[in-house]
Amino acid sequence: MRQVACGATVGWKTGGMTHAATFFDEMLSGAEGARDPYKVYYDWFENEDLKRLRRKSVDAETFFRKIGITFNVYGQEEADERLIPFDIVPRIIAAREWAKLERGIEQRVRAINAFLYDIYHGQEILRAGRIPRTLISGNEAFCPEMIGVNPPGGVYTHICGVDLVRTGEDDFYVLEDNVRTPSGVSYMLENRETMLQMFPELFTQLKVRPVSSYPQTLRRSLSASAPGSSPNAAPVIAVLTPGIHNSAYFEHAFLADQMGAELVESHDLQIVDGRVAMRTTQGYQTIDVLYRRVDDDYLDPLTFNPDSLLGVPGIMDVYRAGNITIANAPGTGIADDKALYSYLPDIIEFYTGEQAILKNVPTWRCSEPDALSYVLSNLKDLVVKEVHGSGGYGMLVGPAASKKEIAAFEAKLRAKPANYIAQPTLSLSTVPILSKSGLAPRHVDLRPFVLVSPNKVEITPGGLTRVALKKGSLVVNSSQGGGTKDTWVLGD
Amino acid sequence: MGDDMKLTITHKTTYDYDTPVHYALQKLRLIPRTGHGQTVLNWQTEINGGEKQVTFDDQFVNHTELVKVTPGTTRIEIISTGEVEVHNQNGVIGQHNGYAPLWLFEEATAMTAAGNQIRHLASLVRQETADLDDVARLHHLSKAILSRVTYETGQTDSTTTAEMALSAGHGVCQDHSHIMIAAARVLGYPARYISGYLFMDGYDQQDATHAWAEIWITGLGWVGFDVSNGISPDGRYVRVATGRDYSDAAPILGIRQGVGAENLHVSLQVQQ
Amino acid sequence: MMLGKTAGGLFWMFRYLERAENTARLLEAGWRIALTRSSNSESEWKSIVTTAGMNIGFEAKHDTYNAANVINYLLRDKENPSSVMETLNQARANARLVRTALSSEVWEATNECWMAIKDELARPVSERNLHDVLAAIRYRTSVVRGALHGTMLRNDIFSFSQLGTFIERADNTARILDVKYYVLLPSAAYVGSNVDNAQWEVILRSVSAELSFRWLHGGTVSPMMIADFLILDRRMPRSLAFCYQEIDECLKQLQEEYGTRQPCRDKADAICARMRGHSIEGIFQEGLHEFLGEFIKSTTGLASAIEENFRYYG
Repeated sequence: MRQVACGATVGWKTGGMTHAATFFDEMLSGAEGARDPYKVYYDWFENEDLKRLRRKSVDAETFFRKIGITFNVYGQEEADERLIPFDIVPRIIAAREWAKLERGIEQRVRAINAFLYDIYHGQEILRAGRIPRTLISGNEAFCPEMIGVNPPGGVYTHICGVDLVRTGEDDFYVLEDNVRTPSGVSYMLENRETMLQMFPELFTQLKVRPVSSYPQTLRRSLSASAPGSSPNAAPVIAVLTPGIHNSAYFEHAFLADQMGAELVESHDLQIVDGRVAMRTTQGYQTIDVLYRRVDDDYLDPLTFNPDSLLGVPGIMDVYRAGNITIANAPGTGIADDKALYSYLPDIIEFYTGEQAILKNVPTWRCSEPDALSYVLSNLKDLVVKEVHGSGGYGMLVGPAASKKEIAAFEAKLRAKPANYIAQPTLSLSTVPILSKSGLAPRHVDLRPFVLVSPNKVEITPGGLTRVALKKGSLVVNSSQGGGTKDTWVLGD
Repeated sequence: MGDDMKLTITHKTTYDYDTPVHYALQKLRLIPRTGHGQTVLNWQTEINGGEKQVTFDDQFVNHTELVKVTPGTTRIEIISTGEVEVHNQNGVIGQHNGYAPLWLFEEATAMTAAGNQIRHLASLVRQETADLDDVARLHHLSKAILSRVTYETGQTDSTTTAEMALSAGHGVCQDHSHIMIAAARVLGYPARYISGYLFMDGYDQQDATHAWAEIWITGLGWVGFDVSNGISPDGRYVRVATGRDYSDAAPILGIRQGVGAENLHVSLQVQQ
Repeated sequence: MMLGKTAGGLFWMFRYLERAENTARLLEAGWRIALTRSSNSESEWKSIVTTAGMNIGFEAKHDTYNAANVINYLLRDKENPSSVMETLNQARANARLVRTALSSEVWEATNECWMAIKDELARPVSERNLHDVLAAIRYRTSVVRGALHGTMLRNDIFSFSQLGTFIERADNTARILDVKYYVLLPSAAYVGSNVDNAQWEVILRSVSAELSFRWLHGGTVSPMMIADFLILDRRMPRSLAFCYQEIDECLKQLQEEYGTRQPCRDKADAICARMRGHSIEGIFQEGLHEFLGEFIKSTTGLASAIEENFRYYG
């Protein structure tokens, strides 16, 4: 759910340097020429033939189609497999910038895991009055079935995808923590493969930190969280997918393949000898770690939604008995709930004793009367989001909305204020894309992927850069016409 | 009011399936805990036609067992037997245990969501009991429920909500408890559901387990109210499982793959 | 370790690929004969659809057996679950299901096959471009087979893929023979009419064996020789004997890899033994139709035994 204020149109000249930027451009906002991390790339680009680059761009699309890296769009039966457009201009992050992000993300993720343990046990943070009880008690993302559960290794969020935006040289904000089942990591890996194939010469000139070890790190990290009671010599990991019609099926298959884990669906699994096991050609095989890409509500029809056909009946009981690791743990959604988001700095301070390194976007909680009246009188300048929404749906981007849309949204907001939060429109940074006429600035965000094991937090240097392909557009979600870029983190 | 009692319980549940079972699980909350005025002297669960998979304490600290029905079988029998010593505490259960916070019991669930009927009943009771203390007020509520909802079997089932039962005007102990819980929550009290056993003099053979409600009263802690019998639990009551409503505390909850019907039969003896 | 579902997915992926290819071959045979023979073309086309086992569905939709109707029904009709396009859709859906078991070459070849044929079949196919379309189908499916043979480990994954291929192929060859068995009966040889010869040609062409048959047997053609070639000749890669030799090999590999002999292996052994114990004369004496009927039934039985023994569906 990204947004940017629609300030003045950025006045770029074709492939050139002139820009009346109201936004921070990560390539060209330098005092002189390209900013440091982009210098080598920019020189290279200046000497490239635009025609050749455009041909490469077409090649990339063919490549993605061939390997089948597609996503399905809900409610569009006919065109059910779509490509996410890929832009061949990389997003480049300097070593120094990355180091700060890394520290900030690690701090956040550690605090979130401590918070989750606490909220499903003694609830010290509520007793201490640091966050209001109503934030938890009235919250659908709170999962009572997790009360008193001790996840193996103490890890709740094995995989996180922290969404960051940038507004200036040193200004990074966290938009969302995505600690349920974040997706997109396959794009990070395939985008890099594509760039390596297309522009090997750039990788010899620049020290780009590799991302390709992510699947092995994921495997190691999940294995380290396996339950101690396993009868298997080495932890057996499986990826649970809703099936081939799920929008992220490609990614599920890709990750299972790259990790060397089985890709399983509901009907492959049964409870056998007190453990979850998968049906193989030679009988049932016990699973130690289930990396599930199925939402909490569908995970166990015996415990949650009884109509779910995507889950594993009884898995929550096996989990409570300590016989399987579920990654991510059920109930983690309480930590990335949008109403809770505004308390993240307090949460970090409560559990780590430190100030938050990464900034939060200022947030008005519409449940509070003062905030609500402010939001109502400033709708045209604000972004208003549903507390439980995701994917860019059900939100109002004030500066981009018509009077009619604002009026309609105002009615919804008045009817159920607690359902909404509001944030100022941030001036998101831009990174150029290759347009028909050369480089053109487009707004971006960044989702680095974070792996948490009992003794380590590992952040892959890179991530998924999402880019709004339409000129001036504010929403980078793939379901709403966004594209992706390869993200290069430079070595020292 | 009974005094301290030693109760012997034999509880047998039988499921008959008209086609052999392919895959089925049963979750059992059938083991009473020692504490809160009762001492479990001995207790065992025997399963015929199924195997225990895991045993654990759930989020409300209920002893829970997950059982897999033996594939290909057409009958599973679950037999609980044991002896429990119960002290009469006049319904006062006392302190709250476990990590589940008290506020969780203030929140409505799908089965205990208050509609117009329950809200109306609650506000009536509030007016009528303005001068009474908590215990008296809740006994008043309990009586008000029983006078509106007569005890009648076969009219409601395990999916009937509190609001539905109050509108219908008849129900069983589960419905009485749900209405009590829903109305108590509207009045601002944390409330919970208890499933368990009741010794009934002269009724050696029972065909269902019992259920009642517990309400949190500041200063006393949890206090039991058996709406169906118009009293607070005494030495004849054995607490087995608790939760926010029936679905949290159900003695047996199953899931089954495949076709065909199942037939449930319960045989229960609670003896002194 | 392999999921039962994966074994089933591989098996069906390769069955469907083989089926698509077989339908294309059959259509090619029919088209050749319609072009080169002066006989009644409507009955030729009808015979092709019957051989493909799609006549009931076809007649529910079309009144006449003409080239345009038959070509499009067999190649691209969405309502025909056995059309080449629908079959390839199934093949690819199974390939997506078992992606983690496939080498990237096999997956990409399958995906490209699907994309290319989908493109070819996006519009109605006329007689004018039929040849190109059929060539594309044969080419694309053979790229998948090439990738399978060139890049996959010879483990259980390979065995299940091959089992699907050869069960489907054995079934296909047997069905073609069975639909046409009457033109192969000794009495038919004496008629010696063009029509019968054309039917022999359809049989040979539909399994792409016309030329190799001629190479092996010079100019001599007799129904019994054709039957012998397609049933018992192990040199012929679409013969029943060849298919079972491969099936036997796969089941042997699986037995070695898993260390367990499954009941399906006994079934396959019995079918192999039956073929080894027969001469073509013996088969004709016993009754060709009865032999083929029995063969098709036991192949179906073997396929379900494999499905059950290796837990495709639990």
